[in-house]
Amino acid sequence: MKAIFKREWNAYFTSAIGYIVLAGIFFLAGTFFYMYSMYYGTTNMSYQFSAMLQYMMIFIPFLTMRMFSEDKKQKTDQALLTAPISIFSLVMGKFLAAFAVYTLGVSVTLVQAVILGSMAQLEWGVIFGNYFVLLLMGAAFIAIGAFVSSLTENQFIAAVGSFGIIAVFMFLDMAQSSITNPVLVKIVDAVSFYGKYEDFSKGIFNIANTIFFLSVSAVFVFLTIRAIEKRRWS
Amino acid sequence: MIEVKNLTKKYGDKLAVDNISFVVKEGEILGFLGPNGAGKSTTMNILTGYLSSSSGEAFISGTEILEDPIDAKKKIGYLPEHPPLYLDMTVKEYLNFMYDLKKVTLPRQKHIEEICRLVKISDVYKRVIKHLSKGYRQRVGLAQALLGNPEVLILDEPTVGLDPKQIIEIRNLIKSLSKKHTIILSSHILPEVQAICERVVVINKGKIVADDTPDSLSKNLSSDHKLIARIEGPYQEIEKLLSKIPQIISVVDLGEKEKDVHEFSIESEPGADLRREVFKRMAERGWPVVNMRSSELNLEDIFLQLTSDDAAALEEKK
Repeated sequence: MKAIFKREWNAYFTSAIGYIVLAGIFFLAGTFFYMYSMYYGTTNMSYQFSAMLQYMMIFIPFLTMRMFSEDKKQKTDQALLTAPISIFSLVMGKFLAAFAVYTLGVSVTLVQAVILGSMAQLEWGVIFGNYFVLLLMGAAFIAIGAFVSSLTENQFIAAVGSFGIIAVFMFLDMAQSSITNPVLVKIVDAVSFYGKYEDFSKGIFNIANTIFFLSVSAVFVFLTIRAIEKRRWS
Repeated sequence: MIEVKNLTKKYGDKLAVDNISFVVKEGEILGFLGPNGAGKSTTMNILTGYLSSSSGEAFISGTEILEDPIDAKKKIGYLPEHPPLYLDMTVKEYLNFMYDLKKVTLPRQKHIEEICRLVKISDVYKRVIKHLSKGYRQRVGLAQALLGNPEVLILDEPTVGLDPKQIIEIRNLIKSLSKKHTIILSSHILPEVQAICERVVVINKGKIVADDTPDSLSKNLSSDHKLIARIEGPYQEIEKLLSKIPQIISVVDLGEKEKDVHEFSIESEPGADLRREVFKRMAERGWPVVNMRSSELNLEDIFLQLTSDDAAALEEKK
């Protein structure tokens, strides 16, 4: 797992992808910091976090699109799958590398919080809640992206596909208002990401929702493993 | 060392590998020979755990590849048909990555340097793989397979894309490796297999059609004996004289090859060796025999014979 992690992490920064994603996240964080905190002179960073979250579904597919598709295309998967490591550690190595780049990106918000904190009293609970849910949802998005990437050789399809799936999860709430069937409403409620996000943004640590996001990540990591295993059998 | 039992691989309805079994002994070099699409790569991919077989077993020094893949994979060095190289890495980074990935425990620096010297890539060690020629890439792939001194080496067309000098180098390298490793190598280049391998498995359409040493393969199959002789003198008379030798079935004049020297293809009854007789008769008349060789089938002929016989047999069945 360590070898895979190291190789993936380095690959993000030998290609432009790592820099592009980091620059993009930093740019957004800076812009929203100015728009919401500086302009209104407030220490409430919740608006900034929720605005950033919307854009993560664009950035994360960039991080995950070549995760498995590139290996398949360049046939380097033959080296990975004939090496004495389990598919689990292969998937986790790649997953954690993407997650690490993502974490590095969104952690800029903590720097901003410290800057704010040096000038005014901060509600650190709210900030950590927001930061925490950003990481949780990021992990789920990355797992989804990893899964889509394991299905195709084409990076572009992987990126667009994972964007589509993430978007569906994110915006199910919007559809909810037009659904009347009580069973469907319950289902939508159960799998919607946005509804589970709100508690955290108020600084409430909701353990059920934490488990939900972790489960989504676990399910898609599991599906990724299955997809790679299935390739050997077909 | 390597034991394959009733291995079968189906892709949908298509049988890619059809119930093949063979054994490779320790320190042996086995040549895997067959036309493109015969199932060579598929078999190798199953042996290395990249693909799963539909049925059958494959043991790598006693470990079944599907039962304990991690243990079995530790014993294998694999060079696939396309070397699995990360083009964005330098040779150094790549080999260090593969060293970690394969969980090699030998002293890192020394071991990697040794392999680089062996496959002669020390001078490109710090270059990005993307910028290397096909020959160098192939060798980096081979270096990767050698990491950790695995007991078994599986090399899928190891000399593809190399120039003639490199081919000879790599062949010699593979030969010298067989002292410490058990090797399976595939090829559709016949002289290569003839030059390196102690045993040949010929595979066609997923089936094994022959399993023998290169020499006895050519002996067994060359049932009709042919002599090719170049003789100086009046060719019509020579042909007439040759036809009179009792055991000779036919003489064909292959034309003038040098000035006044004609080449004849002389077919005799099975088992008869006519070289001395031909020499004596010609010497009596004062017609010098410039050159004479018995035309044994080379692997090329055998290969064509085996694979086309098989095709014909299949046609008949239909």
